[in-house]
Amino acid sequence: MSVSEVNRTKVLDRIRDALGADAPDMWRQVDVRHRLVTHPSGTIPARSLGNHEACLTLFSGMLSSQGADVARVHDPEGIVKAIAAYLAKFELSTELRISEEPVLVTLPWLLAPRLKQIYGEPSAADKIGLSRAIAGVAETGTLFLVSGAGNPTSLNFLPETHIVIVDEGDIVGSYEQAWDNLRGLYGEGTLPRTVNWISGPSRTADIEQTIIRGAHGPKCLFVVILDEQGP
Amino acid sequence: MTALSPDFKANAAKALANADLQRALLNVKRGFVMKRASAKARLPEFDRLRNEARAIKLHTLSHLDLYLEYYERKVAESGGHVHFAPTAEDAREIILKLCRDAGAKLVTKGKSMVSEEIGLNACLEAAGIEAVETDLGEYIAQMRKEAPSHLIAPIIHLNKETIAEDFRLAHVGLPSDRTLASAADLVAEARTVLRRKFVSADVGITGANLLIAETGTSVVVTNEGNADLTQALPKMHIVIASIEKLVPTLEDACTILRLLARSATGQEITTYTTFSTGPRREGDADGPRAYHVVLLDNGRSEMLGGSFNDMLSCIRCGACLNHCPVYTTIGGHAYGSLYTGPMGAVLTPALLGIDHARDLPNASSLCGRCEDVCPVRIPLPSMLRAWRERDFARGNPSLTERMALKLWVYAAKRPRLYHTLSGAIIKMLAALAGRTGRLRRLPFASAWTRGRDLPAPQGKTFHQLYAKRSRG
Amino acid sequence: MTEVLTREAPLVGLFVTCLVDLFRPSIGFAAIKLLEDGGARVEVPLTQTCCGQPAFNSGDRADAQAIARQVVDVFEAFDYVVAPSGSCAGMLRLHYPALLADNPAYAERAKALAEKSYELTRFLVDVLHVEGVDATYAARVTYHDSCASLRETGSGWSARTLLRSVRGIDLVELADSEACCGFGGTFSVKYPGISSAIAEAKTRAIAETGASCVVACDLGCLMQIAGKFTREAKKVQVRHIAELLADMVETPPIGGERI
Repeated sequence: MSVSEVNRTKVLDRIRDALGADAPDMWRQVDVRHRLVTHPSGTIPARSLGNHEACLTLFSGMLSSQGADVARVHDPEGIVKAIAAYLAKFELSTELRISEEPVLVTLPWLLAPRLKQIYGEPSAADKIGLSRAIAGVAETGTLFLVSGAGNPTSLNFLPETHIVIVDEGDIVGSYEQAWDNLRGLYGEGTLPRTVNWISGPSRTADIEQTIIRGAHGPKCLFVVILDEQGP
Repeated sequence: MTALSPDFKANAAKALANADLQRALLNVKRGFVMKRASAKARLPEFDRLRNEARAIKLHTLSHLDLYLEYYERKVAESGGHVHFAPTAEDAREIILKLCRDAGAKLVTKGKSMVSEEIGLNACLEAAGIEAVETDLGEYIAQMRKEAPSHLIAPIIHLNKETIAEDFRLAHVGLPSDRTLASAADLVAEARTVLRRKFVSADVGITGANLLIAETGTSVVVTNEGNADLTQALPKMHIVIASIEKLVPTLEDACTILRLLARSATGQEITTYTTFSTGPRREGDADGPRAYHVVLLDNGRSEMLGGSFNDMLSCIRCGACLNHCPVYTTIGGHAYGSLYTGPMGAVLTPALLGIDHARDLPNASSLCGRCEDVCPVRIPLPSMLRAWRERDFARGNPSLTERMALKLWVYAAKRPRLYHTLSGAIIKMLAALAGRTGRLRRLPFASAWTRGRDLPAPQGKTFHQLYAKRSRG
Repeated sequence: MTEVLTREAPLVGLFVTCLVDLFRPSIGFAAIKLLEDGGARVEVPLTQTCCGQPAFNSGDRADAQAIARQVVDVFEAFDYVVAPSGSCAGMLRLHYPALLADNPAYAERAKALAEKSYELTRFLVDVLHVEGVDATYAARVTYHDSCASLRETGSGWSARTLLRSVRGIDLVELADSEACCGFGGTFSVKYPGISSAIAEAKTRAIAETGASCVVACDLGCLMQIAGKFTREAKKVQVRHIAELLADMVETPPIGGERI
């Protein structure tokens, strides 16, 4: 046996010994399989069980209280205008590193000619990053961002300001709902390489319990909610 | 893991005399306690979730072998590798080999108690590999060659002036006349310095708050985002986690995550909660090309099914530390061990043996507040008592303590002797105190009278008075 | 845990507790008065000594079990066992059954004893249905929740209910009332420096209420607190809750000068 096989056997044997368990024990196997396959939910807080409008209100409220800025817009044009306004208001850079999500690439950028879109691998020097969230969870104002072809994970962390677009229809009440939706997309028992839950800008309280933003990740988080688009 | 400094009583005395530390500990007591209470008040389902979290953990522990096997399969399916490490040495060997094979010169690290438990940084440094802690608190502790003093607030014992001095010494090449007056200045400098490390690291090593069997996923929570930069940028991501971090499903992870931040800092959720599954996929824009999970045993399997089984449910939130009268009076370093507070007082003897850590379970008033606030309802006071029983059975504590106890028990089993003796002693104490009502000094009780007076007894025992009353 | 009073007044065996026995018998007499005023008959078996906590908390399980057996023998004939102490009552209620679970001769008896053992204020309120006491104490008073009375016997509400009924009382809450005073029995002498430091935080909080008197259900805590106050030369009166409720405050307070 290789060293790793020896180690593996050692640990598993010790565990089974301590538990007085037999590996082939059918009932234990059944218990485990059952939980994994049915993945039952625990208690879902009442606050996450409201109707859609209540969820939207909660989502924005939670994010705001956690230090993010939130805007809601009616259409893709609104996204571009909101971004331009935000960057101008806070006198931030006009260069945006954009994830290559088609939805973001095809935004009507011409509406904001002073903004410059840059693509490609994010760099530590980037000032503004723009990505898209696959879901939002109202319960704690949490964005779900997943890795993929157009979504460098590093884009969520390297820039000083992070702008995230999320569709209103993708905002749900609880984490569990979001996971179920993800299962619908990616299949059971599997996840993309990275799922980032993001609930505000980066912060630390390590020094004298004083909260300072931008510890390593973005100092600012701007979330733009896009209303459901008609047919 | 070695006991950092075994002289608990001396360490505690030093801590009590340290005014800076005492001021810092007030922060812990007031801040974290109030914040947790507010968070709990905002979530009516909090206590029900605690029951569910406890049940999830205990179920997982009683099926740990099976869940570990399933988890291992899922990790492999996603292109990652799981390595079992029976001991700390095995874990170090595995990680060292992985780093060497990757030609690593620089390793960035997310916060991981387990990596400290196995002495990973020293091992890497000895092999010529630079290992940089990226959690700000851990970075500063590393700079000072100190252990963290609190499970989630590693440098709560330091003030910003001290940190500024450390930065000036350690960050060479920066203008010496720069301002480092505020916490913001310090954070900004750390951000700049550590960015260089993030982007040039060959390997990123993180811990895991949870491992999820259903999908073969490791979960890390931070507020800083340092663990994300640690794992996303380098070509290899290594996760080091102890075996009991496993939970069955994504839903189970949600239940525990609902409790973790609230119990630790009073936040609804940490800023970043990251779920990592395997190396980068075909078509991914970035991510590590290799993903390895090192599962550490190091004494935990022995705890399963025994008196300390439930200690393995711990989710490392630190609530017990924050609410412990002993921890909030002496701080983490006085414990002389990596894991401190009530959870450390139970876990350390389990990992090191009671002989190497006997002060820890004994230095407790057994007030029970830890159990009250534990998100997974670990019966900490009972476990502290269980350690005391084992300690006693091994012939501890000191001879004088055992003798005193034996005398007391001897008398307590013999009512007539007890009442005669106690009557005599009480009469004497009352006489000694005279009209003052208290005793400032007592030859055999200096332990008590060093820090407080001993209120004088009233002079006669209840038994004497009651017997007299009944007769008369 | 409310119970219907039998037609005949219930027979209560008073568990005096070793600290009350040795250091402050007046608490025992106050307890008897409260129980009798509440409609119970009280007897005090004179062969009692200790509940066994010192042994139990020191890890000396065998001796703790021996003492527990003794207590069961002495007290099981009573309708109820009442102690003016959360920690001793907690010992009987919570820990005796576990301690004697493996002893076939005592297991059931320990459980039976546990079910009828009470901390004083809980017994008064829950079993005797005492709604108020006939006492006067016109001063600001604060209440310290001893850990056992808080977590083992759940006496927080009963204690406060009875205190509020005292005529003239200005009852104020203690900040972080759930914090330990640092006594912890043997802990106070095994780790005296830490124990003392914890007491300081408690006395500071008490002083901040502006109360002239602090009460609690446990004499151990009160001795710790009083010992700190007199060492710090602060003038806060420390008394057991039973003394206030029974209107028996002529005795000097704990640690107080004898007139």
